[in-house]
Amino acid sequence: MTKTLIALALLAASPAAAEPLRIATEGAFPPFSEINANGEVVGFDIDIAKALCAKMERECEIIAMDWDGIIPGLVNDKYDAIVASMSITEERKQTVDFTNPYYSNYLVLLAKKGSGLTVDGIAQQAVGAQRASISSSWAEEQVGARGDLRLYDTLTASFTDLEAGRIDSIVSDYFPALDWLKDHPDFEVVGDRIDIGDQIGIAVRKDDAELRDALNVALEGIVADGTYGQISTGYFGTDIH
Amino acid sequence: MSLYQDLKYAISDGVCYAAQGVTPEGFAAYCPRYIDGFLVTLELLLLSSALGLSIGTLVAVARVSRQRALRTAAWAWSYVFRGTPLLVQLWIVYYGLGSLGPEKLGILWPFFKSGWAVGLAVLTINTSAYIAEILRGGIGTLPPGQLEAALSCGMSRGMAMRRILLPQAFRVAWPAYGNELILLMKGSALVSTITVMDLMGQTRSVFARGYSLETYMYSAVLYALLALLLTAGLRAVEKRLRVA
Repeated sequence: MTKTLIALALLAASPAAAEPLRIATEGAFPPFSEINANGEVVGFDIDIAKALCAKMERECEIIAMDWDGIIPGLVNDKYDAIVASMSITEERKQTVDFTNPYYSNYLVLLAKKGSGLTVDGIAQQAVGAQRASISSSWAEEQVGARGDLRLYDTLTASFTDLEAGRIDSIVSDYFPALDWLKDHPDFEVVGDRIDIGDQIGIAVRKDDAELRDALNVALEGIVADGTYGQISTGYFGTDIH
Repeated sequence: MSLYQDLKYAISDGVCYAAQGVTPEGFAAYCPRYIDGFLVTLELLLLSSALGLSIGTLVAVARVSRQRALRTAAWAWSYVFRGTPLLVQLWIVYYGLGSLGPEKLGILWPFFKSGWAVGLAVLTINTSAYIAEILRGGIGTLPPGQLEAALSCGMSRGMAMRRILLPQAFRVAWPAYGNELILLMKGSALVSTITVMDLMGQTRSVFARGYSLETYMYSAVLYALLALLLTAGLRAVEKRLRVA
């Protein structure tokens, strides 16, 4: 067993074994990642991942993965990096390493127009959020461990329930919320966006400093040469870096 | 309702207070969450198995009815709900039908609005389909002479069913029913996908905080404990059935 592990480690370390870099993403987080009609994973995160791979001159394989299993999958070597709009948090840092941030995220509270809700008043009503996300940890701090916080496997499922009227509001990430609001004019952002200093990075295994550094260099590269700005403008009309 | 909720919270706080020091640190830190979840799972299980047993019995009786339409309807009930995955059933009702919203669903909305109510209803219907088949099997093992004898004594078919056939069918079917109850317990974990904070829902939330695989071990121990309780309960009933 140990021998096999050493052999594998050697294999992974040698540049000659140009295994494709396996990158996990979520696939249910538009416009960052979603599955299109042809069954392909597309979105901002995927474009960034591909640009990074091009910069590193490595072949890449994109894998769509359920959100709440995405970190364990990385730790268990099912893939090498996670490019999935993942917030850099202290809790996650105990398990995985992060690259430098590639964009800043904010939270927003979404509710039906004219609901009269306030950000401070969310504890009084049923609020939704995606399970295992920065939104759900923030929401939980607001409503308490036994508050009426509904957790969804995907952000899209929480949007569905807000629309159906099962919940009064949801705590969402900023950009996906704006994207969703475009097709849902009956809803609005309550108050201002919430800045919790959230930075989004690429997660790699703790023992994989080599890949982390390579990704950091490539990230700087695509920002410097304008690739990043181009991708970002295509999705958001502005550079979100 | 809120009093009941407070009672449940008080129970789990009490249990966790008592278990302090004797449970591993990783469990103790989130103990009230696990026990809150455990109680929700227990509650769903007790309600859905009791309701499912009643509905399942009716369906089983309908399956051996002399009326063709009734027989077919009962057969379809078992076929549909046994033949489709529980997860699919949950999602069809919660995300599918539920997305019609309050305007179209009218007075049914309070039901569709609640993940807990949808979870309970789907678990009940699902288990009733299995119970019906198990009981039908039990009725099938009885010699036809019993029904004929009961009828010739002047009993109606309904009375013969209630007094003669069903009690025996229950006795024959009980061990198989125990199996179904354990399967129902395990299947109930799927309600965590429709926002119910059962044991699985709470476990997933705790897991999200530190990605510690211990989390699922504690949850597995609690599920196993629940299975132990259920098995003990089933045994007690089985003993009574034997004496009767």
